[in-house]
Amino acid sequence: MKSIKELEAIRERALKEIAIRDNENKTRIVVGMATCGIAAGARPVMNAFIEELNKRGINTVNVTMTGCVGVCRFEPIAEVIEPNGEKTTYVKLDAEKARRIVAEHIVNGRPVLEFTIGAAEK
Amino acid sequence: MRDLSLHILDIAQNAIAAKADLITISLTAEGRPAVLKVVISDNGRGMDPDFLEKVTDPFTTSRKTRQVGLGIPLLKQSAELAGGVFNIKSVVNEGTEVSATFPVDSVDRIPAGNVDDTLVMLIASHPEIDWEIRFASEDQQFEFSLADIKKALQGVSITNKHVQEWIQNTLSEGFRSVFGGVLDEVN
Repeated sequence: MKSIKELEAIRERALKEIAIRDNENKTRIVVGMATCGIAAGARPVMNAFIEELNKRGINTVNVTMTGCVGVCRFEPIAEVIEPNGEKTTYVKLDAEKARRIVAEHIVNGRPVLEFTIGAAEK
Repeated sequence: MRDLSLHILDIAQNAIAAKADLITISLTAEGRPAVLKVVISDNGRGMDPDFLEKVTDPFTTSRKTRQVGLGIPLLKQSAELAGGVFNIKSVVNEGTEVSATFPVDSVDRIPAGNVDDTLVMLIASHPEIDWEIRFASEDQQFEFSLADIKKALQGVSITNKHVQEWIQNTLSEGFRSVFGGVLDEVN
């Protein structure tokens, strides 16, 4: 293993950077990661969310996975759940769309309406 | 599923759903001709013999919303199409072990895919589980235990981005050092 000693240095650095406690007032991005989601390409979508958030240094958002959301034909699906409980469901995602959601919804606070389930069902 | 790493991601969710707190994922390439074996085992709630018997049927599932469950049947299909063998063992309240073998040289073997991505994602979403990862080939071995890492971190979260990066690099290096030259898609 790459030496567990390296972790000591990482630990020091991380302790300095901790500004916000985990899970408090955080926006959550939940990606559907059941068989249907995985087969439709949910893993690169989740990766893109994490990478884009890290690139922008945003640490007020948790990215997690969940099981089947129930509308498999719309996979890959991700839900953005804001601290006030407001939920936006995005469907038929790919990595590029995920990056746009971070830029427009998370950073600028404007949901990307064209990717939402409401737009897809019309 | 396009590759083995996606199957692993899928099957591991069953272990998570079974409320396991220890999940072991191992990948070994052994023998001549070489056979790649993936084993996912957990200490979750397990299945009773009746359910176990029909669990490879796509119309068997533990979910309540719908009577379809494709994760296990798809892995079985992938293994068997390549001339490999699928196996599942389970004991109620003790856990479940899913294994599948893939002859390395079969033209029908699905590629290993991005195994480190799968593992990092599983660990990041369920850091409370003690994940154990093992890679082994004839002459190389790699072991990774999240419990050891938690001990070393003392209070810093596994989901911290520097920690995540380290985990990703460690797993990806481990995977390449074990399977580079063994699986022709890994170099």
